[in-house]
Amino acid sequence: MDRKSEIELKKKSLLLSKDILNSVVEKFGEKVDVIYDKRNRSKIMVNPEIIVETAIFLRDHHGFDHVESASGTDYPKEDQIEINYHLGSYVNPDLFPYVLVLSTKTSRSDPKSNSLINIFPSVEYFERETYEMLGVYFIGHPRNERFLLPEDWADIPPLRKDFRLKGR
Amino acid sequence: MSSLDEKIEEAKKLSMHIVKESEDDKLMTLSVGPQHPGTGHFRFIIKLDGDYIVNVNLDLGYVHRGEEKMCEYRNYFTNIPHLERPVIHDSANITYSYSLAVEDLIGITVPRRGQFLRALTSELDRINYTLYWLAIYGIFLGHSTMFMWPAADRELVLDLLERLTGHRITHAFNIPGGVRNDMPNNFKEKCLSQINYLEKRLKEYEHIFYNNPLFRQRTEGVGILSKEDAIKLGVTGSVLRASGVPYDIRKVEPYDIYNEIDFNVQYMKTCDSFARAYIPFLDVRESCHIIRELLDKMPESGDVREKLLSNIKGPPGESFKRVESGRGALSYHLVSDGTSRPYRVKISTGSFRNIIALPFLLVGSKLGDMPAIYWSLNYWPIEADR
Repeated sequence: MDRKSEIELKKKSLLLSKDILNSVVEKFGEKVDVIYDKRNRSKIMVNPEIIVETAIFLRDHHGFDHVESASGTDYPKEDQIEINYHLGSYVNPDLFPYVLVLSTKTSRSDPKSNSLINIFPSVEYFERETYEMLGVYFIGHPRNERFLLPEDWADIPPLRKDFRLKGR
Repeated sequence: MSSLDEKIEEAKKLSMHIVKESEDDKLMTLSVGPQHPGTGHFRFIIKLDGDYIVNVNLDLGYVHRGEEKMCEYRNYFTNIPHLERPVIHDSANITYSYSLAVEDLIGITVPRRGQFLRALTSELDRINYTLYWLAIYGIFLGHSTMFMWPAADRELVLDLLERLTGHRITHAFNIPGGVRNDMPNNFKEKCLSQINYLEKRLKEYEHIFYNNPLFRQRTEGVGILSKEDAIKLGVTGSVLRASGVPYDIRKVEPYDIYNEIDFNVQYMKTCDSFARAYIPFLDVRESCHIIRELLDKMPESGDVREKLLSNIKGPPGESFKRVESGRGALSYHLVSDGTSRPYRVKISTGSFRNIIALPFLLVGSKLGDMPAIYWSLNYWPIEADR
């Protein structure tokens, strides 16, 4: 591919992400923060109470229809757990290369978040995994229960930072 | 109560919910795996009403190794050898997206020859994995010739990979910055002759397996996953393309030199197990074309890697990169806090994303169709568990 068409593609992707991010910020105002906007990747941080509304808005107005990945990250210093949904689209060809990270934060002592299972059914196993690996309870998810870990596992969720591997 | 007792109580609450069978229950519970030879290290619990499946409960995690936790204790380079464990025949692809993610974080580009070599190993590993999967699919549908042939022909691809990388499987060839070593001198000729032979064999596979009336009867019209359902469930790779969505990461978001390669995205609109079994085969055929094109366009000489410090520090930030592996999109979400180790690594694999379709497809079908449906999902349990 020559340089000219590459620049064209870059411009197109930036315009697309600008369009999506602007419409989300316009709709939800101060409850949404744009963390970064790189080529084909953007991240927005939303308040925990509007995560479901944002997901519905993104699905209905922009055509995001599945999650590429969903995970959590533990931040003990800030006493928070960040939950990330990587949204993609199989329907809208403009969005094929684009991944939007929809993220929210929850408290570390009482981690709870609204499940997106009714909006994106593909989060089912990702949310179950996040529940057992980080202890985040997903409100509305039918099966917040043991999944990958052994059945006799009796310790804190292993992907939390205060769980240390032995000998390391 | 002591803290240990509390923890045990907690564990009991969390433990998996297994429905117990009562005596007057007309349903039969059947546990498939993990010792059952037909599943790999994976179990699912089926409820049967006569011959029909009415409920499926998946039980993953028999080969869970905690790859994501291990990544937090090793630096960006020492992560490579253990990250390719989950799928040893396709180890080039599972380290490919990791390398891309690290490069995105640090902000370097790979030399052109290195990019070609990466794509070459990636395609060879795709063939390697698919032939292995095809062998297993054959034997579980009672076609033992289809087990012998791909298993033997796979050795040729393994020989090529050994010449190129030094190992038959788990090559540790892709590293952040490029590939570990250059191609040996006479590799091009050897590779072309093996690929020519393989293409000849693929025609025979098609003749003996895909055109076999028995195989077609067992798979055609079995386990229909419509386009809408496939999109809703977020499946990926061959499962998605068999449902009529032409979505291939190599095409929609080309990484490295894939935007210069001319190839077709293979997809079918029949949505059944046959389509899901046929798409990986077509992918192998396409991979042969890609390999030929790669060898043709590869620059004659040049660097193959950007030299990096072994304890390189990633700047604070995030990256999310994906590649098309043998089983679909394989992506890494990498979070760095500025130290020489990743702060968080999330691996999202094709197998983990595709297995959501299994309960969906099995409920309502006959038990006899179970192997045809299960193996058509192109599922690798170890990769799903990580």
